[in-house]
Amino acid sequence: MYVAVKGGEKAIENSQRLLADERRGDRHVNEVTLQQIDGQLSLAVDRVMTEGSLYDRELAALAVKQARGDLIEAVFLLRAYRTTLPRFGASEPIDTGRMAIRRRISATYKDLPGGQILGASFDYTHRLLDFTLAADGERPEGELSDHVIDNEMPRVVELLDRDGMMEAELPADDEPVADLTRDSIQFPAGRDARLQALARGDEGFLLALGYSNQRGFGNTHPFAGEIRVGEVAVEFVPEELGFAIEVAEITVTECQMINQFQGSATQPPQFTRGYGLTFGYCERKAMAMSLVDRSLRASELGEDVNAPVQDQEFVLYHADNVEASGFVQHLKLPHYIDFQSELVIIRRIREQIERNRGAHQEAAE
Amino acid sequence: MSVTMEQRHRQRWMSVLAKAKPKDLEVLWDNLPQKPGWRTLRRPEVGMVMVRGRAGGTGVRFNLGEMTVTRCSVRLENGMTGHGYVSGRHKRHAELSAVVDALMQDPDCREDVRDGIIEPLSKMHDDAREAAAVKAGATKVDFFTVVRGDD
Repeated sequence: MYVAVKGGEKAIENSQRLLADERRGDRHVNEVTLQQIDGQLSLAVDRVMTEGSLYDRELAALAVKQARGDLIEAVFLLRAYRTTLPRFGASEPIDTGRMAIRRRISATYKDLPGGQILGASFDYTHRLLDFTLAADGERPEGELSDHVIDNEMPRVVELLDRDGMMEAELPADDEPVADLTRDSIQFPAGRDARLQALARGDEGFLLALGYSNQRGFGNTHPFAGEIRVGEVAVEFVPEELGFAIEVAEITVTECQMINQFQGSATQPPQFTRGYGLTFGYCERKAMAMSLVDRSLRASELGEDVNAPVQDQEFVLYHADNVEASGFVQHLKLPHYIDFQSELVIIRRIREQIERNRGAHQEAAE
Repeated sequence: MSVTMEQRHRQRWMSVLAKAKPKDLEVLWDNLPQKPGWRTLRRPEVGMVMVRGRAGGTGVRFNLGEMTVTRCSVRLENGMTGHGYVSGRHKRHAELSAVVDALMQDPDCREDVRDGIIEPLSKMHDDAREAAAVKAGATKVDFFTVVRGDD
């Protein structure tokens, strides 16, 4: 017999209304605008676009506002929205070698062609709360310079590429490109599927996995070969035109991690690479992604697979925070009947144990 | 993919239109003295393009994530057709871009439209990029070596 229980409509309606009320907060304080979120909480917008897997600053800002600053909830909102839109096609691969650079650093070469450009970074701040931000007042603009920034800076990994010290990353454009938004992941997963899953993956999860790797769970001896942030063109070939046009310019963060490799029967010792790429400025995410990407290459490089970060199924099945959040939070849904049945079972087992104990005692006497 | 010279020009102006801020395009459009009538062949449609990257920047392709794109196709009174593909979800941006694309293909209008719309938009884009570049340039590290001892 199946018994449906109804009720709670009024309570749910009022809960939603209360949510909107609390989201608005104190009515004596100005409501935050999307422009303010985009402009002043820009890194929240960047994270939501990256993990929401949709580049649209205005929509991501709206999601942050609607989610009251809960970024995982905002990611969920963006993912849900994207399912309502048709897809016109896929872009040509973006060329990060032709980025308009706003930040570019290397931990492996001090004097590299194009130079080290710090950009806007938290790295050199003292992490002391700045109480002047709590007060009103304008900030000075960034210093201007007559340094010309080279827009075609060579990649650091290419400097090593030239003398064979670095494994080459070669295109394979005859191969189809895996798409997790259309087909579920298959194991062993190709690099394309892995990188897509990592790009969409939760920053906190990837950060912890990358950290575990550094601490010795499948250590890959990483160096931050290069991190670059800036704008790249997105080229798309509309079918009615048959030639590529730049439909947009987007900001991306790229991390090339360089890792030691002992060599194998077929390959000499050389450096290998892990890759991180995100929408917007998500440097910590890009770094973590590159550590995890390299770790997930363990089996193709003939390395032992014994740490969580090297385990494809463990990493790729658990990296998505929308899926993870859904499954964890579904525990809040009514499980009244399940729980009742468990209650009955445990009572019965306990009674059984009590009866058995009584029987033993009688036998002993 | 071989691209003709004419297509190369069209690539450029369509790219300039795609990356423009909708309100900049609107203002320049308002200032254009001669405006044609048109009808839409494909009404403005908001959709997405899947943005791809390459492993290591040069290796196998992978899907990074989607971006919003709006497209529109128009036919002018004189029969010229134009297409607009623009970033974001601004329908008017896509429609005006399609009209400008059609005008740019018409030798009689091309010069005026280029001078009145395409070149100013291109300059705005370059200026914005330049403004970001000079601020980034000021954060370039000048290393110097401190020599200790006499020899």
